[in-house]
Amino acid sequence: MRMTVDDQQLAAAAADGDTEAFSALLGRHYDRVFGLAFRMTGQRAEAEDLTQDICAALPAKMAHYQPSARFSTWLYRVVVNAAHDRRRRAATHTKAASGWGDWEVDRQATIADTNSQLDWLTRAMRALPDELRDTLALILDDVTHADAADILGISPGTVSWRVSEAKKHLRALKEQEDAS
Amino acid sequence: MSDPFDDLDDLKSAMRAATPTPDSARKAENIALAEKNFATRQETAMQVRFTSDHPKTGFFRGVFSMFKAISTRQALTASTALVAIGLFVYLPALQQGPTDLTAPHPEPAIVDGIGGVLSGDTRVRVQAESEEADEMNIAPQEAPVMAELADMAAPMEQLSGAAQSPSIVARPAATAKMEQRSLIAPPPPGYADDTQAQTEPDTEAYPDAAPNPLKITTEEPVSTFSIDVDTASYAILRSSLNAGRLPTPEQVRIEEMVNYFPYDYTAPQGDVPFSTRATVIATPWNPETRLVHIALQGEKPALDERPPLNLVFLIDTSGSMDAPNKLPLLKQSFQLMLAQLRPEDKVAIVAYAGSAGQVLEPTPASDRATIMAALDRLDAGGSTAGQEGLQQAYATAEAMSEDGDVSRIILATDGDFNVGIYDPDELKDFIAKKRETGTYLSVLGFGHGNLDDATMQALAQTGNGQTAYIDTLSEAQKTLVDQLSGALFPIANDVKIQVEFNPSQIAEYRLIGYETRALKREDFNNDRIDAGEIGAGHAVTAIYEVTPVGSPARLSDPLRYQPAEVVATSEEYGFLRLRYKRPGEDTSNLIETPILPGGEATPDMQFASAIAGFGQLLQNSPYLGNWSYTQAIDLANGAKGDDAFGYRAQAVQLMRLADSLSQ
Repeated sequence: MRMTVDDQQLAAAAADGDTEAFSALLGRHYDRVFGLAFRMTGQRAEAEDLTQDICAALPAKMAHYQPSARFSTWLYRVVVNAAHDRRRRAATHTKAASGWGDWEVDRQATIADTNSQLDWLTRAMRALPDELRDTLALILDDVTHADAADILGISPGTVSWRVSEAKKHLRALKEQEDAS
Repeated sequence: MSDPFDDLDDLKSAMRAATPTPDSARKAENIALAEKNFATRQETAMQVRFTSDHPKTGFFRGVFSMFKAISTRQALTASTALVAIGLFVYLPALQQGPTDLTAPHPEPAIVDGIGGVLSGDTRVRVQAESEEADEMNIAPQEAPVMAELADMAAPMEQLSGAAQSPSIVARPAATAKMEQRSLIAPPPPGYADDTQAQTEPDTEAYPDAAPNPLKITTEEPVSTFSIDVDTASYAILRSSLNAGRLPTPEQVRIEEMVNYFPYDYTAPQGDVPFSTRATVIATPWNPETRLVHIALQGEKPALDERPPLNLVFLIDTSGSMDAPNKLPLLKQSFQLMLAQLRPEDKVAIVAYAGSAGQVLEPTPASDRATIMAALDRLDAGGSTAGQEGLQQAYATAEAMSEDGDVSRIILATDGDFNVGIYDPDELKDFIAKKRETGTYLSVLGFGHGNLDDATMQALAQTGNGQTAYIDTLSEAQKTLVDQLSGALFPIANDVKIQVEFNPSQIAEYRLIGYETRALKREDFNNDRIDAGEIGAGHAVTAIYEVTPVGSPARLSDPLRYQPAEVVATSEEYGFLRLRYKRPGEDTSNLIETPILPGGEATPDMQFASAIAGFGQLLQNSPYLGNWSYTQAIDLANGAKGDDAFGYRAQAVQLMRLADSLSQ
C-alpha cells in the first residue's frame, strides 16, 4: 500500500516520526540523490561519501520538512547544500595552495589519474566552475529553471544565465580539445 | 555544423549514461545509517523548546554537530579551478548583472554618524570605519567555514562513522501551523511559498515560526506570551539589506525589530520595577482596526548605586572565528565596553576552541592593561568545545561571586558549537540549573554565514539572558556601551504578559510578532515556567492589531448557531495582566491594567508601529492591504523624535533600501 502514497504524504509522515515512511522515502530517492551527488562532485568516491553525509543528516532535517514544499525540490536542496558544505570544508584545507603553478600541477595529475577511465562529459563537467556545474547538474536532471532557482537560492534569471554560460564553457572546451 | 550544446537533450542522455549506479553495499550501509539516526532521533527529540508552544516544530532547535574535514587532491583541483575560472566569469557577470552578484551598498553616512559618538578616540574611530567598510565589501562572498545541523538530538557516537552534513536553512512554516480557524485568513502568499522565500546558500539556522494568525475573540479570548528584549533579528536583516538582499521571512522577528530601538515611555512610579501602559491607537495600515500598544519601561537605577559586577567573557576562538567581522570585531567591542566598567567590577576571560581554558583570572576592571593584553592574545584556531567552555565559565563566575554581586557570562560566538556537546539536553539542564544560582548568560553573535541564531536564542533564553547580533562596531557600541546598564542589570525576571480581550468590544485580534515567545494560557500563573527578563532601563513593546465589533474590517463572519451577540458588560477592550519576579525571588508579582479605547499615539508609539509595519512588509504579511514602504517611511520619518544615536534615521534608510530591493 505504501507505494501508492505520494512523496509529500510520506515526507509529512516521516517529519512526524514515522520510521516506515522514512525508510520508504529514502529507498525511493536514494539513487536520485546519488546521481545528483555524482554530477555535482564528478567523482564516484566523493559522491558515495557525500551521499553518506546526506543519509546521516537526513533524519534531523526531516523534522524541518514542511508539507508546502515539494519533496523532490526539498531533497535536491538538501543535496546541494550538503555538497556546498563539503566543498567549503575541503576549501579550508586547500587555502595554502593558491598559486597557478600548484593548481596546474595538480590539475594535470588529476587528469592523468583519471583520463583513461572517464568519458569526455564527466571531465568537462569537472572542469566547470562549481556554480555552473551545480546549476547544470540540476538542469540535466530535468529540474525546471524555476525549481533550480529555488533549490540554489538564486533567481530564475541567474539560472538561465548560468546554463548558457555553462554551455559556452563546454563548447570552448570541446573546441580546444578538438584543436589540440 | 550543428552545435551539440544548443540542445541539452543530448547532454542529458549522455549525462545519464555517465552517471554510475550507486555501489549497492554502500547504499545498504548508508540507508541503514539513516534509519538508525532516524530511530535515535525519535527517542531523543521529543523535547519542547521552552517558552514556546509550536505544536509541529517543538524540537529544541539547538544545533550541535561535528564534522570531519576532508582533503583530497581532487578537491584541491576543484576549489582552485573555481578561483581560476572565476576570472573569466567575473566580467560578463557584471555586465549581465544577475541578482546574486549585485554589489553591496556601503553606508558611509551612518558609519560617520556613529563613529562620532565613540568617545573622542580618533584612532578607534578610524579603525571602526575601515573595519566596517572592509566587512561590507567581503560580506556577500564570505563562505561559512563550517556548518551545523539544525538538530541537537543526534548523539555523538552515531556521528563517529559519518561526516555529518550541514542543514538547510530552516523553512518558514506557515501552512502546517495555520490553525483551522485561520481559514478565514487564507495562507498568505509568501509565508510558506518556496518560490518566494529565497533560500540563502549558507548554513544559518533560524527558528521557524509562522506569523501569528488572526484569532477570534469569542473562541480564544486570552493571549499569553513571554516578553523579549532580544534584538538580533534587526541586526541580521540590516546586514542582509546592506548586502543588497531582502531578508527571508523567517529571518524577520518583528518583536526584535521593534524592541531594538530605545523608547522613552513613562518611567515607573512607586514600588514596581517597571511601568506598564496599554494604549489604543489608530492602525497605520487599516483605518477600521486599532492597535493596542503595550509598553513596559524598566526603571533606570542610578548607575553609581549599582552593585559590583562580575563579568565572565566566554569567547569562542575556534577556527571559524578567524574573520575580520568576528574575533577582531569582538576584541574591539569588548574594549569599548571595558571603558564603561567601574574599578570594583571584575572581569575574567575564558576562551574555548579545541579545549577550554581560562585566559584571564578574575581581574579588577581598573586593571585595563592586563585585560586588554589578555584580549589581544586571543587567536582563532581549532574546533569548538562549547560545552566545556560554558562549564568553565560558570565555575569561574561562581568563584568570583560575592553577596550582592551580579554575575553574568557573556558568550561571544559565531554559533558553531560543534565539538564537545555530548548531551545537548544535559547542557540545557545545566544552564537552567545555573540560572537558579543567579548567574545570567547573554549571547553575542558575530559574523554571518555560520551563525546559528536558533541555538543562540535557545541558550540565552535558557540562561535568562539576551541575544544580540553584532555585525559592526556601531552595533557593539549600542549593545555594550549605550545600553550597558540594561544589558547587565536585570530588574525583573520571568516577565509574562496575558491579555484577555472583551468579546463584546473586540471581534478579532492578532499579536504582531512574539511567535517564538508564545506561552500556554495556564503557564501564566505557573511560576515554574521560564520567561523573558527585563534589564534596567529596557523598554519593551508589544503590539496587537484588534478589530472592534461592528468594524467593516472584520474578516470572519459571525456564526449562525452560536449565541448572536455577547452582551456588552464593559467598555474595556480587554484586560492586561502581567507577571514578573524580582531578581532572586521565586514567587511572581501581578500587575493588572484595563485596556481602554481612545488613546493618543505618542511619536514613540507611532515609530514602533511603523517598525511593526516594516517587519510585516518584509514578511509579505497579508494584513497590510495597500500599505507600502512609502507609508512606512513617512510614518517613521515623522516620528523620529530626538533620535540621539541615529538609530531611527538608520531604520528609515533600511526601509528605503528594502523598498528599492522589493521592486
